Amino acid sequence: MDLKTRMQNVAVVGAAGKMGSGIALLLALDMAYRALEEPSATFVLNLIDMNDSGLQGLVRYIRDQAQKDGERQMNRLRHLYRDQPRLVENADMVQAFVAEVQLHLRTGKTLALAKDAQLVFEAAFEKEEIKFQIYDELALLCPPETFFLTNTSSIPLHVIADHCGIRGRLIGFHFYNPPAVQKLLEVIPPEGCDPELLDVAAQLAANLRKKTVPSRDIAGFIGNGHFMRDGLHCIRELERLAPEHGFTRALYLVEKVSRDYLLRPMGMFQLIDYVGIDVFQLILRVMDKYLQAGLHSGLVDRILEQGVKGGQTSSGGQKDGFLKYEKGKPVAIYDPATQAYVPMAAFQAEADALLGEHPDPALTWKALSRDPDKETKLRAYFSALKRLASLGATLARDHAASSRDVALGLVQQGVAARPEDVNEVLTLGFFHLYGPVNDFLD
Amino acid sequence: MKTMHKPVYLAAGAYTVSLGTGRPEFNPRKERPGLDHYLKESGAKTLAQISDPGAIDESVIGNFMAARFNHQGHLGSLMTIVDPALEYKPALRVEGACASGGLALASAIKSVLSGMADVVLVMGVEVQNTVKAIYCADFLAGAGWYDGERKDGHAYFFPGKFSDRAGAYAAKVGPGLAREGFAHWYRNAVESARLNSDAQEHFNKAGDLLAQGRTPPNAKAFTEHLNLYDCSKVSDGAASILVASEEGWRRLGLARQDVVEIAGYGQMAANLTTPPPDPAEMTTCVRAIDQAKAMAGIGIQDVGVCEVHDCFTVSGLLLTEALGIAAPGCGAQAVLDGLTRRDGLYPTNTGGGLVGYGHPTGATGVRMAVDLWRQLTGRAGGYQVDVRKDHGIMVSMGGNDKTVVSLVARR
Repeated sequence: MDLKTRMQNVAVVGAAGKMGSGIALLLALDMAYRALEEPSATFVLNLIDMNDSGLQGLVRYIRDQAQKDGERQMNRLRHLYRDQPRLVENADMVQAFVAEVQLHLRTGKTLALAKDAQLVFEAAFEKEEIKFQIYDELALLCPPETFFLTNTSSIPLHVIADHCGIRGRLIGFHFYNPPAVQKLLEVIPPEGCDPELLDVAAQLAANLRKKTVPSRDIAGFIGNGHFMRDGLHCIRELERLAPEHGFTRALYLVEKVSRDYLLRPMGMFQLIDYVGIDVFQLILRVMDKYLQAGLHSGLVDRILEQGVKGGQTSSGGQKDGFLKYEKGKPVAIYDPATQAYVPMAAFQAEADALLGEHPDPALTWKALSRDPDKETKLRAYFSALKRLASLGATLARDHAASSRDVALGLVQQGVAARPEDVNEVLTLGFFHLYGPVNDFLD
Repeated sequence: MKTMHKPVYLAAGAYTVSLGTGRPEFNPRKERPGLDHYLKESGAKTLAQISDPGAIDESVIGNFMAARFNHQGHLGSLMTIVDPALEYKPALRVEGACASGGLALASAIKSVLSGMADVVLVMGVEVQNTVKAIYCADFLAGAGWYDGERKDGHAYFFPGKFSDRAGAYAAKVGPGLAREGFAHWYRNAVESARLNSDAQEHFNKAGDLLAQGRTPPNAKAFTEHLNLYDCSKVSDGAASILVASEEGWRRLGLARQDVVEIAGYGQMAANLTTPPPDPAEMTTCVRAIDQAKAMAGIGIQDVGVCEVHDCFTVSGLLLTEALGIAAPGCGAQAVLDGLTRRDGLYPTNTGGGLVGYGHPTGATGVRMAVDLWRQLTGRAGGYQVDVRKDHGIMVSMGGNDKTVVSLVARR
């Protein structure tokens, strides 16, 4: 069965979640364009989630985003609606397109909604038991030709496939957040994956205009394989510096180095907050279970026990975690000893002085990210960083070296086929300006 | 040949900031001023230049699409908010797409010539940033023929129409020369706008304007022959000026050096339902300009300052030819040779024009008259040029060269 036929009945499980809603949107738009190109076919997108209000929010989200997409794709819409005499103005066509997108949506709380689906996308919570439960049920409900595409980001997929009896029919289709915007798609075919599924996945990724990077089916894959270990490096540095400088100052130092000295879009602790400290812990646990590589942080366990979780609000706002946020910007740092946030303003100047010389304070991730001469400027920057003896420069070099070792380790373990694949995941999926495997500091 | 059987003058011009992208105070996510704000601000600036608003006999306002952009009709009545002295006197709204401001001027001239008025307050207003650009394109497409053209038109209807003209022009003069002409027009516009604190591009700090202007058009993202720098932006703003007889401006407490004489004007419409006879020429503009020059008894050699309707850079080049500054097909070279620059033989669009100042559609024709009046009376401040001849000329165009008003002013 070709992709065109399979796209006529699709389901998304966990559709109202952060990742599920983005995947649902991408599929809803793709389906609407297909329907306009092939008016005789029927298309159905089944959106399944446990949460009624989440599903209502999802339909609203898809409707709003469909309008924006229609506005962006106006020339395409004018072409598609060229034979509809009553649709004349851009506004008429955008309105018709939004209605078309909504026409295919079916929402529900039970997996039974997926029973006729030829493709099932799953973006459930990253817990083995939950995934087992879902696929056990789907294996019984869906016809044998149904393919399953999972957004699982750390659990080895062969474990799920074997447990639920869907070997060959399951593939990792790991989007990055937000799925509608992020170009990267990590594709993880477990051993024994049906070649037709591989083909369908490749075509679909191309249709959704995603850049695919292949990863082997080893816990954490490439993205989390690097992120978790990179995060643990920063936590270790924090714990090493804390006795001398105090916890909050030490966290500030590591955070600033990982953001400003390494020219990343956000510091490591802000990134962990963004993902959610609980999610970070969960992925560490999954990876450690299968890899037995000491991937664990007592600090993460401790602050979660204190109820500090980070993550996003339903409207996309940042919840407080390692850092406290005001209008999305970090303003204070959590101290687990006192269980209170300490304003950064209280020690920022002193801590900045401690970090010492920065190779080029004017050079920021934001400024460089749109600079056509980025590569040359990065080389000059790291060349200067290499020569500095300041604490900030030393911590940055150590962090860069650790990140590179992690990346090369992923290649050595066979998770990534090539260093370039790791670089691509970090630059596309994490918006880094450069990949960890580079010669900037050689 | 019809003539001005008595002298008619322009006086006390003013306009507001052209608000839209590029201005630091513009924030599409925040509430912005509406029609009434712009009318009051511009009107007050004009009335502040005269001794007695009560001397105004009637008012006329040019506006294109307030009914869609702002859900507001009945603008003749609305414009009385400018001053209580305007109440219980004639007030009229006129519409001729982007030439609405030009039509308002023509209407006022006729009122004065008819003897029914000695002082007419002429205003133009448009507030367009109420909708996203893609819907703004729908509203502005109303300047074309809806039943016959809109369905098959470009998503950005008028950029599509003028892209066709740019393509025809490139075919006529060569694509390299055409693109250089467009790029130089853009550079001149922004350089003038930088001197005009009310201009939308006043804060444009781009280093290499020619490089921007040379950006290859991207048909997939926009149009086949025009890039975004070739286009005037979506703008909000208003302009106002007085059209008066000699008795009228004396009644306002003004002196001869405060006013300029309207030496001639041309006004005409062409068939909205037919395509341009030659897309590489502004045929209606040529005729209206010729009529205005003939009524004034002048040639282009007598002109020291020009205002043209450069809704797109290609319009700027075609109108350079229509004015007679360059022969047909030679507009791009004339612009490259600097003839239309601020220090050129025919300083053109000295406050930035539509590309540089902005294009609040209904206000544009009136804004052009204000800039002409300012230059001829030495009131252009930071963007004043050395006007070496006694005449200035403007051409206000609506739609795809369908409604045109050209006006010659004499100091």
